[in-house]
Amino acid sequence: MSAPLTYRYDIDGENFTSAGEASVKVKKALRQLGFSQDVIRRVSIAMYEGEINMVIHANGGFAEVSVYPDRIVIVLDDKGPGIPNVDLAMQAGYSTAPEQIRSLGFGAGMGLPNMKANTDEMTIETEIGVGTKITMTVKVGT
Amino acid sequence: MKIREIAAMANAEVLCCEELLDNEVHSACGSDMMSDVLAYVKDQGLLITGLVNPQVVRTAEMMDMRAILFVRGKKPTPEILALAKQCEMVIMASELRMFEACGLIYESGLKGGVLK
Repeated sequence: MSAPLTYRYDIDGENFTSAGEASVKVKKALRQLGFSQDVIRRVSIAMYEGEINMVIHANGGFAEVSVYPDRIVIVLDDKGPGIPNVDLAMQAGYSTAPEQIRSLGFGAGMGLPNMKANTDEMTIETEIGVGTKITMTVKVGT
Repeated sequence: MKIREIAAMANAEVLCCEELLDNEVHSACGSDMMSDVLAYVKDQGLLITGLVNPQVVRTAEMMDMRAILFVRGKKPTPEILALAKQCEMVIMASELRMFEACGLIYESGLKGGVLK
């Protein structure tokens, strides 16, 4: 199989204002590559939610988006505190985001469920005190 | 409905991308919670919000929206407007409260669209 087209981004954990910049770039790149609006939107929403999460909870990290002919794979890797209870974090409405984040319009406990809803596969590898790696796949319809 | 009609209805000042006012939107969403916009909204062209920060523009951009109406007299910063310019997002600002803005726009025929 040919090597995927890969985009890598550092996510700045100090700056909530710039959160989402990588997702905007990915969206533009996927548009240029000619993917359908549905695929582009699903990838964009999943990645944007993940990026926001990394800034809120994990002090940033890096994102890698690989484009294959039949799928797009998004990897979000951080060195944050880890997720103590993944089942709980996956429940819609459950959030540990601080009040200040809610006042910015986020932290409703919809991030992880929405990432899952917009992707075909999602795996979460997390270890307390080490970090979290989330891998999401969006299949490209033929 | 043309974005221009929405601006007139809400007595809004147009702050960015005036040249795109003749674009059409077919549904709208009103929320101050971007998490909910990202999770519950689909195929909507207009975001009505009283929240002012750059993530409002990014959220709208991610959702393929075409215009944002800021209510309650909230004014976006130059930084937010610059971001909107890059995304070709029409930005309007109205003194109306959220409830009034949504009511007027809904009554004129723009609906909430289809939930996921």
